[in-house]
Formats: sequence, structure tokens, C-alpha cells
Amino acid sequence: MRYVLNRLRFLLVTLWAVVTINFILPRLMPGNPALLMIARFHGLINTQALHALELQFGVTSQPLWVQYMGYLNNLVHGNLGLSLTYYPVPVTTVIANSLPWTLGLAGTATVFSAVVGTLLGIRTAWRRGGALDSTLPVATTFTGAIPHQWLGLIFLYVVGFTFNWFPLSHAYSVGMTPALSIRFILNVLDHAVLPGATMVIPTIGGWLLHMRNNMIQTLNDDYVVFAEAKGIRPNRLMYQYAARNAVLPNLTSFAMALGFVVGGAVLVEVVFSYPGIGYQLVNAVENEDYPLMQGLFLMIAVAVLLANFLVEIVYVKLDPRVRRGGNGE
Amino acid sequence: MKLVGRRFGLMKQVSVRQNTVARAFFSDPKAIAGLTIFVLLALLGLLAPVVAPYNPNAGIFTPLQPPSYHHWLGTTSTGQDVLSQFVWGTRNSMAIGLAASLMSTALAVVIGMYPAYRGGWLDDVMTSFTNMFLVIPGLPLMIVVAAYVRATGPVVITLVIALTSWAARARVLRAQTMTLATRDFVVAARLSGASHWKILSGEILPNMLSLFVASMMYGTLGAVLAEAGLEFLGLGNVNSVTWGTMLYWANSQGALLNGAWWWFVPGGVGIALLGTSLALMNFAMDMVSNPRLQGQRKAKKRGISPANVPKPSETH
Repeated sequence: MRYVLNRLRFLLVTLWAVVTINFILPRLMPGNPALLMIARFHGLINTQALHALELQFGVTSQPLWVQYMGYLNNLVHGNLGLSLTYYPVPVTTVIANSLPWTLGLAGTATVFSAVVGTLLGIRTAWRRGGALDSTLPVATTFTGAIPHQWLGLIFLYVVGFTFNWFPLSHAYSVGMTPALSIRFILNVLDHAVLPGATMVIPTIGGWLLHMRNNMIQTLNDDYVVFAEAKGIRPNRLMYQYAARNAVLPNLTSFAMALGFVVGGAVLVEVVFSYPGIGYQLVNAVENEDYPLMQGLFLMIAVAVLLANFLVEIVYVKLDPRVRRGGNGE
Repeated sequence: MKLVGRRFGLMKQVSVRQNTVARAFFSDPKAIAGLTIFVLLALLGLLAPVVAPYNPNAGIFTPLQPPSYHHWLGTTSTGQDVLSQFVWGTRNSMAIGLAASLMSTALAVVIGMYPAYRGGWLDDVMTSFTNMFLVIPGLPLMIVVAAYVRATGPVVITLVIALTSWAARARVLRAQTMTLATRDFVVAARLSGASHWKILSGEILPNMLSLFVASMMYGTLGAVLAEAGLEFLGLGNVNSVTWGTMLYWANSQGALLNGAWWWFVPGGVGIALLGTSLALMNFAMDMVSNPRLQGQRKAKKRGISPANVPKPSETH
């Protein structure tokens, strides 16, 4: 219980830090960048919204702590302001509209990459020096170093332009209305193949290498050697004995990666104009839509923080050694 | 006297160990391959003014030529020579990557290693600080910071990357420092009156050199990837010539639509080559520092930290 409270405290403190970064960054910069933004929107939006913007970005004579309290108060009430790009749509609505796309695309890609990578890692470690072990780790060092945006461009060029196998951008064809029909779902899947592959290929190597190294450590442990001597069948030994313990660090990384799903697809979403959180973030930056940018960043950070919190709670159940450690690094 | 004598003995041991480490490192074909690629890229970058056939910014040629004898990598839509851009891009990207990595390693030493060695409240505060930065997502934070900083250039990009990417390294270095800080030779050095920084740099650092180097390598790769990402999004100085801005221009000027593959392929290959070379060297480093990975299943040593491979969630 003390452990859970400890983790909860950490969650709250980090959340506070993120919120404060959001608050302080525009005020820290020389010549408050929000001034330019507000000047640009003079006359385009109503005075009340303009005033709200001025308060949100510190263009006011109020003392800093009053601004800060007002800012926190707004956040607690779920008020992230209005997006300027999509004026007068609230930032929360834009987030709600983009989140499902990112979760669907990047979430699936992350799960796929982690599961396949981990399984391959188990196999490569089991057969030290075998065919898989002498090719995969080296091959994945190359794929792991490929920038996502570049791989996306290559895919677009080869599979999209040259062979015309897959659509080039967006989440579904222009002119289609989202509906729960088979035709629409197939269309969405068709659009998700290329960006999905772009996310899986560079990330799979990390899972593989990590699992391989953990597995090699575990295979040397006395209890595995003993089980082998006892005559446990190889498959059972590999998965039930060795992999089961070796997978623990990968599980932590996996849960963390799920948290990073929300903000981790920025580059791929931009290349494929996929209407998710990352695409909106870059759009907001380009349009100097600071309220939307702040809201998206907050959303991305909250996802990671919550995932991190849940990992640490679940980890105690999986690995009792943590409970004795207390502070759970 | 006794203590001093012991200390000298240990220092000798350390240097002997480093020799065998170096020998093991250089006898690994992976390390040789990685080192060769790295040195070639570094030479290309250093000699850019001599090697590059043309001025990378001069748009004086027929636009969108495919590779030919005069333009090995063709030309851009504004008539710039792609090979010259690649050569200068190598120089600028590597410089930014190395500088950002050096800076964030320095931060990791100050925030991770030093407090871990000193312990006490300083360590508590810095650990919480590190853990906080560890879970704040890197690229989105960089995007937000870069969006507010209006005058972006190589220096600003380097600073942004360094200030947002030190946490993972600080954590790794801290953990290793903790295990070394209470060892006999460190205590002996402290008793003999060595200063804290001297103990850190002369006693602790040499014993975690492989970890340190590995973290530098991954830091460089991460920095080059981050830089390419930020510049691809148009958040850097788009007029400077780097691998990232090459991709940015190729994408925004419709290289794909024009079928100009020679325009966007080189930048990515450069990044992937540099990344591979760093990863290969790191792989070999891992083998040296972690006997369990060396192939014989008999190597049984307790208490060796797991491999230097970063967690998958931290690489991008």
C-alpha cells in the first residue's frame, strides 16, 4: 500500500511538472511568441476568445501566480481553450477526434512489433549461433537505425507510387463517410498498412535484442540448467521456464511503449497525412495554434505517465522482489 | 603508505583490463565493420570542403536530373547537386549529433553520476528529477520547445536535443556508479585524500568505460535521429544543409511526385549507416563487457549488469 501511494505521489508530481512546463515555456521565451500569434488573430476571433488567449499565454499585467492559479483552475475543469486552426472548436474536441486514429494505428503497430520481436528474441537466444542468431541481430541493427520518416517516404515511393498497391495518405478515402460497414473498415485497414509497416520495421529490432539478451542471462541460471538436467521437454523449458522470467523487463518496456503510442507516431503520421495526434501536433505548430499544441502535448504526456504508473503497480504483482525494494526504481 | 601502494596496484589492474578490452573489441568483425563505416563518414564530413564537387546551396544546374557522370546523385528541383548536399549534410548532421550527445552525457554525469556517488539528499532530489524527465516524451517535448523558440539554427537544435535527452543516460550511469561507489578501491582512494571529482574521473569512470562509451554511442544515434525528425518537420533552420533538411526539401518539393528517388534516398541512407556503425560497435562493446553474451554458456559471473542495449521504448 505504501508502495502504491509512493507511485501515486510520483504520478501527481510529474503531472504537475508537465503542466508547469506547458505554462512556463511560452512565458520563458524572449519576446513572448504568443504575442505574435494573438496579433495575427486580432479581428478574426471575438474579443472574449482573444482575452482568454491573452490570459492563457501571459499577455496580461496580472502577477505570475494569479495567472498560474487561473491556468490550473481551467485545466482542472477540463478547459484547454479553443483551437485557432479549427476556430471555434474546443481543443478537447480536436483531441477526441484524433485520438482514436492514433490509438488504432500506433497501438496495433506497437503490439505487433513487441509480440513478434519478443518471440523472435526467444528463438534467437535458444539457438545460440544458429541461422537466426547470426542474421537477425545484425539485420535489426540496420533496421533499427532507419529514420521513420525516411522509411515512410521509401514505402510511399515504391509501394504507393510505382506499384499503386496502397493508398498514399489519409485514414480513409476522400468522399467516404465513417460508418460501421465492412466497406469502410476495409478501406481504413487498406490505409493503415503502409504507416503500420513503417512503424513496425524500425522498432522490432529493439524488442528482439532486448529479449535475446535477457533470455541468454536466464538460460544460464541454475534453475534452468537444473530443469534441463531433469529432462524437461525443450519447448516447455524455453517458454515456461526461461522465457517466462526473461520476459519481465520486456513487459515493462511494452507497457511504457503503449504509453508512448499516443505521441510516438508523429513522424509517420506526418508522412502519411494520417489524422492522428502527432499530425495535429505538427499542424498546430505550423499554424502557431499554441492552445491546440499545449493541449496535445498534455494529452501525450498524460498517456505516458498513466502507462508508467500502471506498469509499476502491475510489476509488483509479477515480480515480488520489487515489493521488498520499496522505492521501485 | 599501504593504501597508496594498493591504489597503484589497482590502477595497474585497471589499465591491464582496458588493454584486453581493447584487444577483444578490435578482434570482433562487427566492431571493425562499425568502426570502418564510422571513420569513413567522419572523414567525409571533415573533408567536406575538399570532397564536395559543388557548392551545396548553388541552384545552378538543370533541375531534377537523375544520377549521371557529372552529378553522381542527380540534382534537386532547384538545380542543386545532391552529392554535394549529402557530403555537407554528413558534416553538419554528425557535428550536431556528436555535440548534442556530448552535452547530454555531460548533463547525465552531473545529474546522474555525481549525486549517486555523493548520496544523501542530493541523490534523492536528482533521482526524482531524472525519473520525471524520463517519462516526459522526448520528441513531442522537443517539438513544443522548438515551436516556441523562433530563431532555430544548429546551435538551438543541439541545445534542445541535449536538454531533453539526458535522462535515460543519467539513470544508467547512476545505477552503475551506485554499485562502484562502495567498492574497496574507491574507499581507499577517498581515504588517501583524493578529491571527489578525481575519484569520479580517475577511479569510477575507467571502471564503467564500456557503459559510458555505449551510452555516448546511443546518445549520438538518438541525437542524429531526433535532429533529422525535427528538421524533417521544418522545425530546424531549413536553409542549413543536413540529412534532415534534405529529407524536408525532398518531401515538401514533391520529390516523390517527380519520381526523384535520388533526392530522398541519400539522406536516410546516411542516417541509417551512421546508426548501424554505432550499433555494431556497441554490439561488440556489449560482448566485451558482458561475458555472458560471449557464446560459451559456461561463463557464470554474478552481479554483472544486463547488456547496454536500451529498452525498446527508449530508442525512438
